[in-house]
Order: sequence, then C-alpha cells, then structure tokens
Amino acid sequence: MAVLVKIPTQLRAAADGESEALLSGATVQEVLDDLFERFGELRTRISDDDGTLRRFVNVYLAGEDIRFLDGLATPVPDGAELTILPAVAGG
Amino acid sequence: MAVSHLECKECKAEYPLEALYVCERCFGPLEVAYDHSRSQRDVGALRRRIQGGPQNIWRYADFLPLAGGPPGPSGRLASRVGLPAGCTPLIRADRLAERLGLREVWVKNDAANPTHSFKDRVVSVAVTRARELGFETIACASTGNLANSVAAHGAALGMDSYVFIPADLEEQKILATGVYGTKLVGVRGSYDDVNRLCTELCAERDWAFVNINLRPYYAEGSKTLAFEIAEQLGWEIPDRCVIPVASGSLFTKIAKGFQEWTELGLLEGETPKMNGAQAEGCSPVASAFAAGQAVCRPVKPDTIAKSLAIGNPADGPYALELARNTGGSVDAVNDDEIRAGIALLAQTTGIFTETAGGVSTAVLSKLAARGDIDPDERVVLVITGDGLKTLDAVRDTFETYKIDPSVEAFESSVPEAVAV
Repeated sequence: MAVLVKIPTQLRAAADGESEALLSGATVQEVLDDLFERFGELRTRISDDDGTLRRFVNVYLAGEDIRFLDGLATPVPDGAELTILPAVAGG
Repeated sequence: MAVSHLECKECKAEYPLEALYVCERCFGPLEVAYDHSRSQRDVGALRRRIQGGPQNIWRYADFLPLAGGPPGPSGRLASRVGLPAGCTPLIRADRLAERLGLREVWVKNDAANPTHSFKDRVVSVAVTRARELGFETIACASTGNLANSVAAHGAALGMDSYVFIPADLEEQKILATGVYGTKLVGVRGSYDDVNRLCTELCAERDWAFVNINLRPYYAEGSKTLAFEIAEQLGWEIPDRCVIPVASGSLFTKIAKGFQEWTELGLLEGETPKMNGAQAEGCSPVASAFAAGQAVCRPVKPDTIAKSLAIGNPADGPYALELARNTGGSVDAVNDDEIRAGIALLAQTTGIFTETAGGVSTAVLSKLAARGDIDPDERVVLVITGDGLKTLDAVRDTFETYKIDPSVEAFESSVPEAVAV
C-alpha cells in the first residue's frame, strides 16, 4: 500500500534532503516505521525512547490531526497522504 | 544589545538569530536567549533609562530581540515611526473589586492599542525583526485580532501582507482587516486548519509569517505587558494575574517578563500566581489542568470566544507548568458566563471588552466566588481586546426604549424618569 509522507523542512537534512517519501503501511505507526527504516535518524528526532511521538510533533492524515482519529493506530488507506508538521503557537 | 541567540526550550540546542522556530534536533520550539552580563547593573539608572524612553513598547527595547534597537530616530521620536503599541492604561477597578468581594483589582486595558488588541505588541516586534532580516512580505494565521494588526502594520510600513483567517470569523474582525488593503484569505476550516496550512505555506515562501517562522521574536512582545504592569504599579509585582489562554504564549510570556526583570534587580518578589482563562467550548488547557495532565489533548472548538478558539495549543504544556508552579490555575467558563463577564466589566469599569475579556472577567468572578483569592491580594485582570470586535456577543442583551419625540411619550415609557 503506497502512502505519500510529506517531510517538513526542519527534518529534510536527516532525510537526504527529500521533501516527501513514498512509503507503505496499514497504520500510521507502520508508515512511520517504514519512514524510520529508510531514514534512521528521523526516529530520534520526532519520537521519544518509548516510541511515542514527541509532544511538539503533529501528524495529519489527509489534513486531519491523527489525535482526532485513532492516533498511531489509525488505519491508513492506500494512496493516502501523511503530513508531519511542528506544533506552532497561534494567535 | 543583550539579545544573544535562539535556544530550544526542550533540549537547549543553540541557533543563530534568524527566521527559525523549530529545533532540528528534537522538534521543540525555539525561544530568544539574552545575555545581560554587560547590561547596566545600577537599578536606578536602568529605571531612569526606561522612563526616559518613548511612550510605547520601545521604551523596553533593551529587553526585546532586536539587533538594531528601537526602530526610527532615537528616544521619544521613535513613537512616531510605524504603528507602535503599548503604554495602555492600568486602571484601578474598585467597583469591580467590591462586586467580587475583593480589595484590590486592576484592569490592564490592552484594547487601547492601535488596532484594539494586545496583538499590536507582538506584531510590532515581529515586523521590526522581519525588516532587520530583510523580509518584504509579512503574513499570519489568525483568529482575528492578529489579522487586524498584521494588516495595519503592513500598511503603516509599506510591506505586502497576507492574512489567513477561518472563513466564519466575526464580521467586525474581517472588515477591520480588509480595510487596510491586505490580501485576505478566508479558509473554510477551523483556526487549527488555518495554522496547519500556513505552516506548510511558510516552508516554501520567503515570507515572514509573524506567528510561525518569526514566532520566537513575536512571542517576546508579550513580555511588555508585564513590564508595563510592573512599571505602572510603581516597580512592583502584582500578587495574581488573570489572563486569557489560547495558544498559551501570552500567558507564559507575561510571567517571563516579570521573571526577567526580577533577575535584573528591577523588581523584587515572587512571580504572580498565574490564572489562565479559557472558554468551555475550547478548553484543552483547562481540561488538562483539571485532570492533572502535563500535555493537552486537542479539541474541536465551539465557542463564542473565537479569538481563543485554538484547539491545539502549542504552548499548552508550558502554560500548565506555569499555573501549577505559581499556585494559580487554568479555568474554563461557558458562553453565558462569558456574556455576563463582558457585562460585569462594562458596568463596573466602563471598559467594553471582546469575548476573550469576558472569559477573563468571568474566570476572575469564578476564582473570587470559589474563595481562591485572598482578600488582601493585588490582582491584575488582563483585557486583551475591544468589545467592538465581537458585537454579536452583546446583541439583544438589553432593552432600548423606542418612543415618539414627545415628553408624554418619554414619561409614559420610562416612568421612573418622570420629573416631579
């Protein structure tokens, strides 16, 4: 199952300069695992030692924050788009 | 100048003073760091230097992240450049205090800024820094007040601006943004959708998004509220501050302002008890506070307090920590309490605030009723925006006598005003 993951500018240095990657997985967790498989350094940058995402990391599935879905266990349909973005205070 | 570098709030990694906002190592937010080791140590001289400055936030330029000092000609003339903010009234609100059974309540009326909200403080700093960094276009993701301010600052300084707002914002806030000739973009979605979109746009454009890539500088502008409150109280720290919480940035930076001045010897005493105020329809920080959690679970906002409708507050964890460490709290009030708060403030102080100020006033009432406030405390209520921005909140909340233009008609409609 192909999933397009969009990589934020702040992480591209650790992802061979890529702005997106075509990956696979049935859940957000599986897709992220595939991402970390490909770019090992990304794992420590956005997730804690226990594997959960750091608190300032937002992940969106087709524009929806995965915390409104089923978090890392959210199923990812074929052809979906995952976006990783830093949390920014608003105003 | 004392500004030194950017530093990750989480892992303390250091970065140069550029348009950066996220730590590449751990994704934490970046914050401005200062080195005051070479600053004036004579407190009297420091105070005189501040007091001799212009009647706006540039009197605090030594404590703001600008490489070149205040914009424009030096000294008092700086107040004539651009659209400077600050030096808003701090009013002793005895009638409000009496109504709440408190002894000393002060209202910091930040509606008295050029575009009628505290956002002019943060935008002044961000836009000045953006010019120092060579940007020609400014932009923002906004719940309304920031939109007004960015559009106006763009006009005042002759910079192009793009303003992104949720399409269903209050009409007053849309009109008071478009009038400045900005490129106004209404996004079908919530503020959090707007924020996500702008974070994506920001990466590919050479624009200064004041609250995204310029955020470390922007946020520092909120410290000037603390500086002013302390200066207006005669260089004293209040016992408690009640402040609205959306992203949590204003809340945490006001505390930082008091703390920085205490470290420099300009003030003495403890950080005030910090009370955050949210609307029940969007209360991720208040819910986490009540549940004893360290992080906030995002929510989908549904409240009349649209300027506070941020469902995913990035500074939430810091706001929670601050409220707990100072013996304060983060509380939420419902829409009816917000309307009652607006009326209470208006009818006891003559200050008409927008819904966010209704939230703060209602939370102050709640704290007083709950007995959380010692009667001897000096409390500062921070009012961040003007009531003319959210007129729907007061529509149909009072009666108007409609009469023909005759004395008889007046006296029959308003019997208590009959002349004797």
